Amino acid sequence: MTGAEFVPLSLTPILIGIFAAIACALPGNFLVLRRQALIGDAISHVVLPGIVVAFLLTGAVTAWPMMLGAAGAALISVVLIEAIRRLGRIETGAAMGVVFTAMFAAGVLLLERSDTSSVHLDVEHALMGNLESLIWLEATGWRSLLDPQALAGLPPELPRLALVLALVIAFTWVFWRPLKISTFDEGFAQVLGMRTDLLGIALVMIAAIAAVAAFDAVGSIIVIAMFICPPAAARLMTDDLARQVGWSVVFATLSAILGYVFAGYGPLWLGGSDSVSAAGMIATVSGVILALAALFGPRRRGMMA
Amino acid sequence: MTALNLATQNGLRPEAAEIATSPLAIRGLTVSYGEKPAIFSVDMTIRPGSMTAIIGPNGAGKSTLLKAALGIIRPLSGQTTVFGRPLDTQRARIAYVPQRASVDWDFPTTVLDVVLMGLYRELGLLRLVRSSHRKTATDALRRVGMADFADRQIGQLSGGQQQRVFLARALAQGADLYLLDEPFAGVDAATEKAIIAVLKSLKADGKTVVAVHHDLATVEQYFDHAFLINVRPVAEGTVAEAFTAESLQAAYGGRLATAQIDRLSQAG
Repeated sequence: MTGAEFVPLSLTPILIGIFAAIACALPGNFLVLRRQALIGDAISHVVLPGIVVAFLLTGAVTAWPMMLGAAGAALISVVLIEAIRRLGRIETGAAMGVVFTAMFAAGVLLLERSDTSSVHLDVEHALMGNLESLIWLEATGWRSLLDPQALAGLPPELPRLALVLALVIAFTWVFWRPLKISTFDEGFAQVLGMRTDLLGIALVMIAAIAAVAAFDAVGSIIVIAMFICPPAAARLMTDDLARQVGWSVVFATLSAILGYVFAGYGPLWLGGSDSVSAAGMIATVSGVILALAALFGPRRRGMMA
Repeated sequence: MTALNLATQNGLRPEAAEIATSPLAIRGLTVSYGEKPAIFSVDMTIRPGSMTAIIGPNGAGKSTLLKAALGIIRPLSGQTTVFGRPLDTQRARIAYVPQRASVDWDFPTTVLDVVLMGLYRELGLLRLVRSSHRKTATDALRRVGMADFADRQIGQLSGGQQQRVFLARALAQGADLYLLDEPFAGVDAATEKAIIAVLKSLKADGKTVVAVHHDLATVEQYFDHAFLINVRPVAEGTVAEAFTAESLQAAYGGRLATAQIDRLSQAG
C-alpha cells in the first residue's frame, strides 16, 4: 500500500484506535487490580442515554454537549445506585447491574424512538462506533502530515483522543505512587495521610473521560474490551506493576493495529468480499491476546495459585 | 524527671497531662457498623515507651479500635491525639501494620518495593528512589531476616515471610509509634520469635508499640501493658493490673474456663 492510499484512508482510523485503546488500558490496569474492572463496562453503558439526550437537545452530533450528557448520565447513575442500595437493601454489585442495564436499555429505546436517521447515531454505532469512517480526505500522502491545510481537515476525534490520552498518561505518571500504594494496601495509604477516597474517585473519573472519548469514536465494545483485556493479559506476563503497564500498552496497540488490518483485509484473505467491523475485530484480537497470555504467559501460575 | 511530672508542673491537670504526653490517647471513641456499636465509648491512654497488647474475644472491636483511632474507619464520636497533638500533624511518627489478610498478595510487586512504600512520605509523588532509600529498605529487611528475598514477588512468600515484610515496611518509616493489627496471626513459630525480638528492640530504643493480639497465653511474655476490650473498655494498665479475675471474666464471659482465668490472673 502506498502512502497516498494509506495516509488518507487508514492512518487516522488506526491512530484513533490506538489512542482509544491505550487511554482505556492505562486506568484499566488499576481498575483490574482493584477488582473494579466492570466500572469501564458500566460507564460505557450508562453514558448512552446521556449522549442521546444531548443529541435530542442540540440536534447535532457534536462532541462537547455529548460529553456533558455522558457526564450527567454517569452522575445520575451514581445517585441511583446509592438510592437503590439504601432503599432496596440490595448489595452494591446488584444495584450497579440493575442501573447500568436499565440506563443502557433506556438509551436504546430513546435512540429507536427519535429521528436519528440523518446522523451516525444508532444502536450499531453505539456498540461498534464508526472507526472506518474517520478518514482524512485532505491528505495526499505522508507529506500531508507537515501541511497545515491538510492537517486542518483531520477528523476531530483524533486531536480529541490525543488530548484525552495525554491527560490519562499525565495522571498515571504523576499519581503513580499513590495509585500503586492505595491499590495494594488502602489502610496503610490512609494512615500515611493519603486521601484514598479522592484518589479512587479521580481514577474512576479519568476512566470515565477515557471511556466517553473512546465511546464517541469507536463504540462501547472497544471500551469494555480495552479496560480489561490488555491489563489482564499484561498481568500474566510480569510480576512488576510498571512492566505490567508497559505490556498493557503494547497489547492495546497491537490489538488496535491487528484488529484494524484483519477487519479490512481478513475477509478478503479468506475469499470473502466484504470487510467486517474494525471495532469488533479490535476487541476480538484483544480477547485472543488475553487467551494466549492465559495459556502461555510466564506468570500464569502465580495468578491461579 | 518524667515527662508526666514536667507537664504537671506546667500547670496541666494530671488527666490532661497524661493525654499530652501519651503517644496515642483516645477519648469517647464509638464506632457502629449497623445498629449495634462495634466499640462503645472507649478511652485508652497508651504509656510512652510501652508495649501494649489490645486484648479481647472475637468481635470485641480490637481491630476496629485501631482503625477508628487512625481514621481508617470514621467513628460516630470520639477524639484521638497522637503525642498530644491532632493525628494529621503526627502522621510521620506513626507506622501502621494492617492485618496480613487485608491485602491481595498477588499484587504485581516485589518485597523491596513494598518496603519502599514505607518511604512514601519522604519520596512524595515524583522524587526518584536513590541508593540511600534502597539502603534504608534493605536495612529494614535485614532486621526482620528477609534481606535475601528483596527481589521476590510478594505472592511467593509464606504467611510468616509476608508478615515480616509488612514489619520491615513499618521499620523503614522510622516512626516513634508502631501500631500492629494481629501481627502473629497465621505465622510460624520462628517468625513469631523474630517479630517479638524486633518489637522489643523498638521498645529498647524508646519507641512505643501497640499490637492487637488474641493469644492470652503469650501476653505476659511479650508485652508489658494490656488493654482489655469487649466492645466497651474493660481494663487497662500493666499486664498484672489489667489481668485480674474480674476483668478477664468481664471481657471473655463464659468463653474462658475458670481454671484459665485463675492461671492468667495469677501469672499477671
